[in-house]
Amino acid sequence: MTRKLLVVVVVALYVLHQDFWFWRTAHPLVFGFIPIGLFYQACFSVAASLVMWLLVKYAWPSHLEREIESQPKEDRSA
Amino acid sequence: MIPAIVVFIYLGVVLYIGIFAFRKAAGRKKAEDYFLASRSLGPFVFLFSLFGTNMTAFAILGASGHAFSNGIVTFGLMASSSGLVIPLTIFLCGTRVWALGKKYGFMTPVQMFRDRWECNHIGTVIFTVQAVLLVPYIIIGIMGGGTTLDAVSGGFVPYWFGGAIVALVVMGYVFFGGMRGTAWVNTFQTILFLLFGTVAIIVIATGMGGFTNAVQAMANSPALAPLLTRERISPYYFFSYTFIPLSAIAFPHILIFCLTAEKMAHFKKTVIFYPLCIMAIWLPCVFLGLMANRVTDVPQIRDKQEARRVLATQGKTMAPEARDEVREKSAGDDVILLLLKRYAPLWLAGLLGAGIMAAVMASDSQILALSTMFTEDVFAHYGGKRRFGESVQVQTGRIFVVVLTLFAYAVALRAPETIFELAIQYAFSGFAALSPLIIAALFWKGSTKWGALAVTVWVATAVFAVALFQQVVPAPAPGPPTVFWSLGGTEIISRTPGGTAVYGFMPVVPMVIVSALLMFVVSKLTPKPKPATISKYFDFLNR
Repeated sequence: MTRKLLVVVVVALYVLHQDFWFWRTAHPLVFGFIPIGLFYQACFSVAASLVMWLLVKYAWPSHLEREIESQPKEDRSA
Repeated sequence: MIPAIVVFIYLGVVLYIGIFAFRKAAGRKKAEDYFLASRSLGPFVFLFSLFGTNMTAFAILGASGHAFSNGIVTFGLMASSSGLVIPLTIFLCGTRVWALGKKYGFMTPVQMFRDRWECNHIGTVIFTVQAVLLVPYIIIGIMGGGTTLDAVSGGFVPYWFGGAIVALVVMGYVFFGGMRGTAWVNTFQTILFLLFGTVAIIVIATGMGGFTNAVQAMANSPALAPLLTRERISPYYFFSYTFIPLSAIAFPHILIFCLTAEKMAHFKKTVIFYPLCIMAIWLPCVFLGLMANRVTDVPQIRDKQEARRVLATQGKTMAPEARDEVREKSAGDDVILLLLKRYAPLWLAGLLGAGIMAAVMASDSQILALSTMFTEDVFAHYGGKRRFGESVQVQTGRIFVVVLTLFAYAVALRAPETIFELAIQYAFSGFAALSPLIIAALFWKGSTKWGALAVTVWVATAVFAVALFQQVVPAPAPGPPTVFWSLGGTEIISRTPGGTAVYGFMPVVPMVIVSALLMFVVSKLTPKPKPATISKYFDFLNR
């Protein structure tokens, strides 16, 4: 359930990247000089970092970590 | 001249770090030590070196140059989309590649593909295509070095000499330090260019008397107001760009870097902080590139603005060659350097120039990756290691570093394209379209070597076709594209001022979609690897 929710969050974030609603306007200018479209995309970067934190916390492939730490390295087969 | 001296001191420090790493590794003759730093990088070095290796001249010079011509759209196009896609692919694929590398001893992606899909020469085909696509990336670094030293020294160090110095320094620390030297240098460089953005924006803002008036004036100017919005770029183009960061996980140097972490936990900070690091570098660069449009007292910037005006008003009536010449004059790859020269005190301009140089020199990882691939995927695979021993293998890798750097320098002297165009049109799109290889290898039991071959041949053909098309059909003036092929009134293939459009999208979109389809269809029709091989991977990955 958690994983499905995380997939939805990632897809939603990807969709939110296509912010056509600020396409043709510079206003409002945030802090008097940052066009709204640029400010939105900067906020998007912060949101991406938060989503990555969620992924690391709730979907980390810890089984691989455990497996590697518990087993001696095998001979290379490639 | 003072800024150039500061940059030269910086280059000396970087070279020393590489040689220090060489001394630290003295006595260690193993290929794994030279090429992967014995898979022992700690969390701090891993985060900064992995991030630094993905930031090239393209990030600082290309970003500000693109923003100078296209406005704020640059950040959404290249930075924020990368801030989502790159850490996501490192989280999904990088961790798994690391685990497989630790378990089975892989040193390159091709080694893993050969084992995963039970193939031999198909691996060599993948190696060849990866190598050919990686070379432009290396050329970018040398071109950026030449541009930076030329601009920082006020023309005292010419482009050809600056490029040669950068090539020699990079070659030096990669040759001596291998992966350990490269990772340490990358860490030092990443810290420098993370500081660069903040300092540069404060200095230039102070010099310009704040940004509020400049932005207000741009908003009131009919010619410049569109740069504060995205109206010059179509939503199709904007959407297309989100496919480009898929290239990161297909780049061999990124995958090889994923193998260097000592522990998987080191990926956690990298994944979380990646979007913020990208923002810290790109936001100031994009904004400063935008602000360069308000600068009227720097002759070189004025010339660029004039060239852009000529292109917009007379471009349609010009011969293609003349148009390309004016377009090149209007390119803004060096605007950030010109701004620093105008507004920063001399000593600070030098330090900031060193910060830019740090980003420019990220081609080290690509050079080392190609050397690793050549020695592991070709030299060792075809019996060289067995016949001559591991010590000769490492020396072969070092010789390869020298030959490759000299070749890249020779090409950089002749390449006419701007840094940005060269990177995007060839290397990034090609690697993005190769990403189905790594995704299928790690997540789909049903994938086969024939599917992998189909993807690789398709990518090579598509990249060649796009390059050829853009050579044959000249770029039109700013405005509507030249329609090359339409069907029932719908534009299928067009030549745009910046490249090619397929059904309105960048070529990377159909390239990635066709790659994924080929992997699926061809794999369905061809025999799978032995069950033992499949379970060797998926019993472990899916446990």
